[in-house]
Amino acid sequence: MGRESKTWRWVARIFLMLLSLAALLPFILLFISSISSENSIIRQGYSFFPSEFSLDAYRFLYNHIEQLLRAYGITILVTAVGTVAGLLMTAMIAYSLSRRDLPLQRLFNFIVLFTILFNGGLVPTYWVYTRYMGIKNTLWAYILPSLLVNGFQILLMKSFFITTIPEEILDAAKIDGAGEIRIFTSIVLPMSTPVLATMGLLKAIAYWNDWFNGMIYITEPKLYSIQNLLNRMLRDIQFIVQSADIASRVDIGKMPSMSIRMAIAVIGVIPIIIIYPFFQKYFVKGITLGAIKG
Amino acid sequence: MTIEKTRPLITQNKRGSKSKKLIFKRALPLFLLMLPALIYLIINNYLPMLGLIIAFKDIDYRKGVLGSEWVGFENFKYLFKTKDALIITRNTVLYNLVFIVLGTIAAIVVALLLNEIVKRTLSKFYQSVILLPALISYVIVSYFVVALLSVDVGLVNNTLQNVFGISKISWYTEPKYWPYILVIVRLWKTIGFSSVIYYAAIIGINKEFLESAALDGASKLQQIWYILLPQISPIIITLTLLDIGRIFYSDFGLFYQVPLDSGALYSATNVIDTYVYRGLLVLGDVGMSSAAGAYQSIVGFILILISNFVVRKIDKDRALF
Repeated sequence: MGRESKTWRWVARIFLMLLSLAALLPFILLFISSISSENSIIRQGYSFFPSEFSLDAYRFLYNHIEQLLRAYGITILVTAVGTVAGLLMTAMIAYSLSRRDLPLQRLFNFIVLFTILFNGGLVPTYWVYTRYMGIKNTLWAYILPSLLVNGFQILLMKSFFITTIPEEILDAAKIDGAGEIRIFTSIVLPMSTPVLATMGLLKAIAYWNDWFNGMIYITEPKLYSIQNLLNRMLRDIQFIVQSADIASRVDIGKMPSMSIRMAIAVIGVIPIIIIYPFFQKYFVKGITLGAIKG
Repeated sequence: MTIEKTRPLITQNKRGSKSKKLIFKRALPLFLLMLPALIYLIINNYLPMLGLIIAFKDIDYRKGVLGSEWVGFENFKYLFKTKDALIITRNTVLYNLVFIVLGTIAAIVVALLLNEIVKRTLSKFYQSVILLPALISYVIVSYFVVALLSVDVGLVNNTLQNVFGISKISWYTEPKYWPYILVIVRLWKTIGFSSVIYYAAIIGINKEFLESAALDGASKLQQIWYILLPQISPIIITLTLLDIGRIFYSDFGLFYQVPLDSGALYSATNVIDTYVYRGLLVLGDVGMSSAAGAYQSIVGFILILISNFVVRKIDKDRALF
């Protein structure tokens, strides 16, 4: 038995090492390409071992730092507002649904559940948001459509409340004269910080990474989030120059576009990579939260 | 997932002692707490559901949805006469089937391997690394793919040329390669996510049987096949069924961003979601686009009901309702 499990352990280690490499290598290629000189990229292509290094791409992007900072500012603002508001709204409705003395409980549960089963799709959604809500080219376009609250998370949080918050505590608080809202803010929310943190993280990642809302509702380059700037530059690397003020425009012909293309993507992923170690634990929890019993 | 069944309404038992009015008055704060999310669901979900009638109308922007002419099933007739309808349905379903089969097998294999790593710190490290691709958007993934596949400066073409002497391939105009590329990219991005789910399931099972089987001389493969897999099979089956319930929907970013929306690749990359998007925002063909969207919504709804029905039979706790 000893020898067999040793072989297995080695197989597992080697295989997982290879898999980890496969996960990491694209990030490394991206980074090395971003610090390769334009000449070396043209000569030998994007490579792990460029013949010449250069920071030209970053120098170039530094000239457009205003655009980058604005895009980042929009992403951060949208992520913060969307995550906090969405989380709070989810917790509020989930708490009410978890109460057994809520009148018409079945009806409200059904209203939430049905949104998971059936949806109108893009065309009517687009129609509602542009025609009736008027969110085109406003920051609401990043926050509202599809991301703010979803039925699945409501039901998940409801079952969390049912299983972890004992009714006795709620009853005791009521006897002490606390109102429903008070109970929610000073008992229920503090007791739920683990699930709030986990779900909040998933929401924040969804907001941070979303480019779809921006792509369909935002046409004004000044309102681009970082993902939309990246999305635009994926197809049109000169976009950042064209959308800049005339004064800061440089000769497009001299632009190191091959390395800039990778440098801009590096700028897009770096914040996530830096803070990943700090939220890694909650991320793993969040993934299993929706799928595993208990 | 655990979504508890509705608790009984105790208000029913108290009929007589309290009037209905009083019950509702007492529950007012609870209703208030629900209000923001309910308003949101109405705007974000229920109005668009009503908006499905767009598919049955000849939309005139000036007249709005309600004012436009009803045309019955004309938009659908038109859609299903094109060969697009067949292509997008085929692509959506086939890709999803491949993703489900390969994705599930790969995730379970990786989860089993993670389970072999005894040191918790090491297995946590591997988990963190293979989860990295799940953290980034498909826009970033597309940059990776460009670095690998662009014709002149891509790593793959240069390697093919320098090492194997194969001439450069124009990846973004050759549809025949894309089924493989999309499957690889999708596996790369999702394997960490799904293997962590199965790994958590494996950790959660009762280890007694495994230990006694090992003592009785069962080989590792026997232990996996006869003890581990049967124990996690309810999770495998339910997750697979839920995936089947969503087989009419696809990952928009994968099919739109990764091929860089290249028109030459549409035969291999067009799925219902990308078709609806292009119809609405690129071509401005609302009739066709809304018909395809409604087709997806309705078939998707039926599939989810069926899969949930089967999940209920197998494991009641995991069913959505």
